[in-house]
Amino acid sequence: MTLDTGTTAWLLTATALVMLMTPGVGFFYGGLVRRKNFISMVALSFIVFALVSLQWVLFGYSLSFGGDIGGFIGNLDFAGLSGIGMEAGDAGYPPLLFVAFQGVFAAIAMAIVTSGFAERVKLSAFILFALLWTTLVYDPLAHWAWGGGWASVVGSLDFAGGTVVHISSGFAALAVAMVIGKRSGFGQYSMEPHNIPMTLLGAALLWFGWFGFNAGSALAANSIAVNAFMVTNISAAAGALAWLAASWYRGKPSSLGMVSGAVAGLVAITPAAGFVDVGASIAIGAIAGLICYGAMLFRLKKGLDESLDAWAVHGMGGLWGAFATGIFATVAIGGYSGLIEGNLNQFIANAVGALAALVYAFVVTLVLAYIVDRTLGLRVSEEEEYVGLDISQHGERA
Amino acid sequence: MKMIKAIIRPERLEFVKKALENQGQYGMTVMPVEGRGDQKGISLQYRGGAIIVDLIPKVQIEVVVKDADVDRLINAICEAAKTGKIGDGRIFVLPVERSIKVRTGEQES
Repeated sequence: MTLDTGTTAWLLTATALVMLMTPGVGFFYGGLVRRKNFISMVALSFIVFALVSLQWVLFGYSLSFGGDIGGFIGNLDFAGLSGIGMEAGDAGYPPLLFVAFQGVFAAIAMAIVTSGFAERVKLSAFILFALLWTTLVYDPLAHWAWGGGWASVVGSLDFAGGTVVHISSGFAALAVAMVIGKRSGFGQYSMEPHNIPMTLLGAALLWFGWFGFNAGSALAANSIAVNAFMVTNISAAAGALAWLAASWYRGKPSSLGMVSGAVAGLVAITPAAGFVDVGASIAIGAIAGLICYGAMLFRLKKGLDESLDAWAVHGMGGLWGAFATGIFATVAIGGYSGLIEGNLNQFIANAVGALAALVYAFVVTLVLAYIVDRTLGLRVSEEEEYVGLDISQHGERA
Repeated sequence: MKMIKAIIRPERLEFVKKALENQGQYGMTVMPVEGRGDQKGISLQYRGGAIIVDLIPKVQIEVVVKDADVDRLINAICEAAKTGKIGDGRIFVLPVERSIKVRTGEQES
């Protein structure tokens, strides 16, 4: 097949859109921490992006999409991008573009995990952890779902990475928070977000970039991409209003709640975007807003310092999205039936895929975090934490 | 009348506010400040050398009270602001000549 300019142009654009989401996560999180850790929080996302970009071309892509080894991981045939051609294959675009597109997904997954490290991580230990996590957690999970691993064989549907990116990173953040421990003073006094408008701006970048994330995952400029684009927006909108309403019911309609709800809706529609219609996306987004809001309240009640709620929003939102895909999938959109159309097997396959990824991500992250903590030490010293990571890790002030 | 000027850790502010409230003292002015004490800030050691953070963020609370209340309120502030570590802050007591309420012109001295 010759190169399809429409598809190639759209995938180039979508790749750039998804790239913007990683700093978007940084700004979203950066606004939520205290000012003394603002630079640190944004910098972690940039560092992740640079680090994972290199890891991806050296061996990450190959571990995810190389020849299957036991359904678990790819081999190293594509290490250093060897054998990745420039000729448009059957898909109508060069394989190198697929490498770029998948690479920006790997980066944002690790960026989401930074939530569990907020305001207390030692930079050197973080870099080692990020490299281990993207290699031993993200790459296998990407292989399971998209690289010919067992989840794709079982028939678990994950259109754009609800399981691979969001369940994995959300539950990883929870595991990290449990190993690294609470921020000094957590639960004794309030740690108010220092800059809500910055968080709103980050959310805007995420919502915008998510069109590339989901509509790009059609891997073509076609009607599936258009459907994904539309349901992505509607689910985000429903999630935003649902969380806004829930927080209004309990007090003030917080803008932070609204954008958290939007992200919850975006997360939940991610695995479903190519399989459900617009009507279903309203339900998926609205329920996501409520579930994630409830998860956040639960997290606070338990006194868990998973500081910026990656677990509540990405972990639980992703889990709901995986189930929702198995419930709402309709033949008319993507050719798959879900529970509503009487296909229990799809629901089961999705639940199995999601729960397996959840357990794998959580357990392996616990082990990795524990190892890094015992060797380099994940945390900064008490004094460094007190003056803030901006000064102590970067020698800069916001 | 006296002014109690307390420079404390920002994260102890809520506790001090509550302690003052429990003593019946509601009015106060609070401002973020930076400063250092005898230790000249905090020094962080790195392989590449030392970074000295010499001005540390603090919060300054000012309350104006009757002479008879001064000791009671100072005790309350100390108790609420204390962590026992270096950097808990200082309290100063200053004389105040007059206090005027802007809305009513009511004076106290």
